[in-house]
Amino acid sequence: MANVLIVAEQFGGAVRKATLHALSAGREVARRTGGTLHVAVLGSGIGPVAEELAGYGAEVHAADAAVLEHPLAEAHAPVVAELARAVEATHVGAAATAFGKDLLPRVAGLLEAAMATEVLGFGGEGAEVTFRRPMWAGNVLAEVALATPVKVFTVRATEFPAAAKEGKGAVTAAQVSVDAGALRTRYAGFTEVKSARPELTEARIVVAGGRGTKGDFKPIEALADELNAAVGASRAAVDAGWVPNDWQVGQTGKVVAPELYVAAGISGAIQHLAGMKGSKVIVAVNKDPDAPIFQLADYGLVADLFKALPELAEKLKKSR
Amino acid sequence: MSLKILVTAKRVEDPESKIKVKPDGSGIVTDGVNYKMNPFDEIAVEEALRLKEKHGGEVIVASIGGDKSATEIRAALAMGADRGILVRHDGPLDPVGVSAVLAKMFEQEKPDLVILGKQSIDDDQNQAGQYLAARLRLPQATFASKTESLESEAEQKKEPGLRLAADGKSLAVVREVDGGVETLEVSLPAVVTTDLRLNKPRFASLPGIMKAKKKELKELQASALGVELAPKVVVKKLSAPPSRKGGVKVADVEELFSKLHGEAKVV
Repeated sequence: MANVLIVAEQFGGAVRKATLHALSAGREVARRTGGTLHVAVLGSGIGPVAEELAGYGAEVHAADAAVLEHPLAEAHAPVVAELARAVEATHVGAAATAFGKDLLPRVAGLLEAAMATEVLGFGGEGAEVTFRRPMWAGNVLAEVALATPVKVFTVRATEFPAAAKEGKGAVTAAQVSVDAGALRTRYAGFTEVKSARPELTEARIVVAGGRGTKGDFKPIEALADELNAAVGASRAAVDAGWVPNDWQVGQTGKVVAPELYVAAGISGAIQHLAGMKGSKVIVAVNKDPDAPIFQLADYGLVADLFKALPELAEKLKKSR
Repeated sequence: MSLKILVTAKRVEDPESKIKVKPDGSGIVTDGVNYKMNPFDEIAVEEALRLKEKHGGEVIVASIGGDKSATEIRAALAMGADRGILVRHDGPLDPVGVSAVLAKMFEQEKPDLVILGKQSIDDDQNQAGQYLAARLRLPQATFASKTESLESEAEQKKEPGLRLAADGKSLAVVREVDGGVETLEVSLPAVVTTDLRLNKPRFASLPGIMKAKKKELKELQASALGVELAPKVVVKKLSAPPSRKGGVKVADVEELFSKLHGEAKVV
């Protein structure tokens, strides 16, 4: 049997949206391989989350145990690997979030499986299914095959639609044979970056600032709020400590593909472009007419962002 | 209390180089491309040096590749690492193979800590550290960062971001995760992978470069380690991503607004 196991991500009693995109990818692999889609969800007190996931028509396996309360790879990976064996999974996948990127390679290691990270699409059928993924900061696309019986992958959520509710899958309890006392990882805390704005990877519009803000993100945030947009940042702005690192867009930050991306005071280093060049419409506002971002932008405005952004926000307000 | 630390130094294309795919899709054009140590590995080396400066110990730097990979080991030795190991292997290599070699090295050297970059900027896989931790059943702390900015006083003083417990048996690691930062405590030995904001790597000084020439650099053949290195991740074809068509410059905010509102209809 060629079964597909998608590892769901849940946080605070809710399914992370990226998981819904990973479910679509999993469904595609199941179609290409003629297998059944299974979903693993791990945590403590996750009954409602498992029920919610069952609404997407997959077989849900809920590993509910105190030892899985926090997303520790050392505790989660053996449970996922054991489940993959139990359902005879040939493919094990998840969304390429921080959680997925931490956990799935460890699962691959336990299953002695080869893995493809940040998959954008699939090709071929059956055991010959191939994976399309970016290399060199998105400057190259590679078609890769995984030459191990079990194949592991993470997917870039922006490349797959969110799964729709369909039918009602069964929820079964998955076995958890991890001993809390044997763990050598201790969860010592989490500091959440709270925001009233939409989440960066989910937002329809993103307004991002870079070095050109000189640390003053007020015009970026004001325009974002006018547009109900998320706020992003270049690595320079994050490194300087001006904004939380959670806001970074790029090869090593988040990958976004909104309908509109406004880059203000961002020169456009390839590492940044790797995280946003899939956006539908790109606007660049920069004082430097030679900034590389202008080669990518659909609409470029050579101007001081401290004047242009408030002016644009004002026009938006009047147009309502 | 001292720490024996194994770090990696992968040879990769300089991120400033323009990467182009060969017309037949078999690889990338290497003419005119510069090479350097993977930037995440530079951060790993820097962190290992800071830990050694604070707690004492030894920093061993490893690389796997052709003879040119010795350049990256020498670069790490010039930064201050103590000795190097080059595992000679020509041809493609994937994280499965890399972790198999590093696992052998771990068994031989028995370090307290292995620090790797979170990903190499050529294949962008972000797997080797986690895969190694799985092979060795060691705890892992990926995407290590710190709460202070890279402009902070602690950073100026080259304080390590990884904090060793008073008994020297565990390490507290601040990690970059979605939605915030998380702290884990891992018992040693452990595997840590570095994110960009863990530190600012130092430059090698001229005396450092001179001293590096005299430091031990052991070479061994990958085939002698008895590990299977034929790639399990098989790259079948490379291609250039679809390019965006060139856009237009607008004269002022008025025109920008009318384009976004009237033409693109996104606002």
